[in-house]
Amino acid sequence: MPGVFAFWRSHAAELAGLLAQHVLIVVISTIAAVAIGVPLGVFASRRPRLSAPIVGIANVVQTVPSLAMFGFLLPVPFLGGVGPRAAIVVLILYGLLPIIRTTIAGIAGIDASIREAGVAMGMTPHELLRLVELPLALPSIAAGVRVAAVVGVGSATIAAAIGAGGLGEYIYRGLSMVDTTVILAGAIPAALLALAVDAGLLWVERQLSTRRRTRSRRAAVSIAAVAVAAVLLSSGVVAGRAGGAIVVGSKNFTEQLILGELIAESIERDTGLAVQRRLNLGGTLICDRALMTGDIDVYVEYTGTALTAIFHQPIAPAAQLDNGLEPGTAGVYSRVRDLYSRSGRTLLPPLGFDNTFAVLVRGSDARRLGLKTIEDAAREAPHWRAGFGYEFLERPDGYPGLAKTYGLQFASAPHVMDLTLSYRALASGQVDLIAGDTTAGLIKGLDLVRLEDNRRYFPPYDAVPVARAQTLLRYPQVRAALERLAGRISADDMQAMNYAADGLHEDVGTIVRRFLDERNRGAR
Amino acid sequence: MFALQFRDVSFARPGGRRVLDHFTLNVESGEVLALVGRSGVGKTTLLKLANRLLLPDSGGVVVEGCDTSKWDPIRLRRRVGYVLQDVGLFPHMTVEENIGVVPRLEGWPAERIAARATELLDLIGLAPEFASRWPDELSGGQRQRVGVARALAVDPPVLLMDEPFGALDPVTRAELQKEFRRIQNQLHKTVIIVTHDMGEAFALGDRLGVIDDGKLVACDRGDAIVESLDPRVRRLLDATTVIPTSERASVRSGPE
Repeated sequence: MPGVFAFWRSHAAELAGLLAQHVLIVVISTIAAVAIGVPLGVFASRRPRLSAPIVGIANVVQTVPSLAMFGFLLPVPFLGGVGPRAAIVVLILYGLLPIIRTTIAGIAGIDASIREAGVAMGMTPHELLRLVELPLALPSIAAGVRVAAVVGVGSATIAAAIGAGGLGEYIYRGLSMVDTTVILAGAIPAALLALAVDAGLLWVERQLSTRRRTRSRRAAVSIAAVAVAAVLLSSGVVAGRAGGAIVVGSKNFTEQLILGELIAESIERDTGLAVQRRLNLGGTLICDRALMTGDIDVYVEYTGTALTAIFHQPIAPAAQLDNGLEPGTAGVYSRVRDLYSRSGRTLLPPLGFDNTFAVLVRGSDARRLGLKTIEDAAREAPHWRAGFGYEFLERPDGYPGLAKTYGLQFASAPHVMDLTLSYRALASGQVDLIAGDTTAGLIKGLDLVRLEDNRRYFPPYDAVPVARAQTLLRYPQVRAALERLAGRISADDMQAMNYAADGLHEDVGTIVRRFLDERNRGAR
Repeated sequence: MFALQFRDVSFARPGGRRVLDHFTLNVESGEVLALVGRSGVGKTTLLKLANRLLLPDSGGVVVEGCDTSKWDPIRLRRRVGYVLQDVGLFPHMTVEENIGVVPRLEGWPAERIAARATELLDLIGLAPEFASRWPDELSGGQRQRVGVARALAVDPPVLLMDEPFGALDPVTRAELQKEFRRIQNQLHKTVIIVTHDMGEAFALGDRLGVIDDGKLVACDRGDAIVESLDPRVRRLLDATTVIPTSERASVRSGPE
């Protein structure tokens, strides 16, 4: 716990920014959900036959796990993509169900004689709604708004996976670095925010259900005031934080966070341009999509990943490109560069290290059984358990091909687990074999042994920045800054930086600044 | 000229049961007509036909010389005051706001609505400070008075009352019946009251109509009804211990 306070102190400005983003996303999406949900609820209660389908659809939407929902929305133009806009859309969808339901319930709960009195007195349907039904349904609707807002605070943490920012950014960062302090640094304020929103809106709801219109008015005015203040304050903070000419993205594991920060810092130092960081995006395809749509301008990809996962090219021909002597580094690079250039993206020179998949076992097992290659491990596999990241399980260059190449068969189907957690799962004996990153700092830290890919199954995975061609044309100094990084990061450098983050829990910004400072001194 | 006429009206509930069967009735301007019948004979249906909450299957209902099917329903309902069985005061509005609902719909200026509310509170015998009370702060009798005031707000020529005092205790009821006669002597509205209580009908009505099996089986002054030999009228009378004038109302009768 003391670590959390220290973290907050050293990241106070960032914390305020993330909190503001979080509040902004929730407030905007809740207001929009009310604007859509209440009319839908009124419509549904006017036409009971449509009520079931409307609630049913909202129900189904609600059951879609939020990560999946972000995934569905990725390719949707205008509404989807990455960033706060997509997060707001998802939160609106989640907010609709409680609001529609409570609107219907609030209107249905009105005494029939009261409605009849309104009609008998000559109210038009619209007047009945405005003067009788909505005011009487208001406490019920307020309860729905409260649920929507509290759910929104929770879902918004997940929105960090698509680069929407908010407190979830700490949670994801902490998860990917297996650093409980960072997780708590995001989780605690998010929980407090949810409790505060719940308590505040409960108070408003109580005010409304006293049926005293004067008080209701006061309550309505105070909500409006709080909402407006929250939006103004948050957008002030967010605007102060956001405005950057160049947006740098990254995937959601330690090495990517470090590389993202490194690129951002380099661009800032070399060009003086303002850089916005949209790090920790939830996977390869999200980053690629974000680059396509212009939500980010540059991120670091791995050539083998681009070839197989993004462009769906078979691996084998790539590996044969240089007659099987070297594992096709140059061949894969040029193919991927060509593929990127066809869609307005520019592949920059490699950073200098190859982060291929490393099939890892415990050091003790390797020494005891004399394991050197994956082929050796295939002998032991039938009484082993394996644990893989979900991406590795699905990728064309991942598990299925690996199993076929080496005839791997495990005691049970491989466990799906978070890539970063799998290192610790292996070290603690929960699984016996994993597929990690060659450059992972924890390999050294946890005494793991990498088995040789003696049948050359994996293509090369050279780390390369990929950027929008437009951005590079507009800012040639950015291209120069990125090219200056060519070949500057060795596998040892990368592993050391990863270890500093994962093993020693150092701050990513600090690690990157130290690395760049040392480089510059060396260059002079 | 009749203020309200039912001409050969038949009406069946959506379920199919026939409630009114060639029902004919003329109500004169300025009279109070009390319609009596057992529960479920279609008394409330009659009132709903009069302000076009329902339209007849056949025959016609004529209000102020015009068939209800030709009336704009909103305009008709604002010309016909309606006091509901269970009052139906709006719980989120003060007494003054409840009374002012129809004037507000009619676009009256605020001062005129306030003045009218004060005037009506005085008429129904409630002190001016009741204007800012909420319905849940009122007794049953006070609520009924406000219900009457609300129905009278824009001075409609016709007033429909559905078991207006049915849910009150006998003493309060007798008091309100007396008050009603007093108000009616000032205003001379055309009033239809429906009730299952013969005692109430005698207390309030200038004329009494007896409904049985979807038809009007008798319609006359109270003293004539008392003498009636029609078995359907006698059945209702026999269920009522008729006590002279003021105590009449204290007698409960009927299946409810």
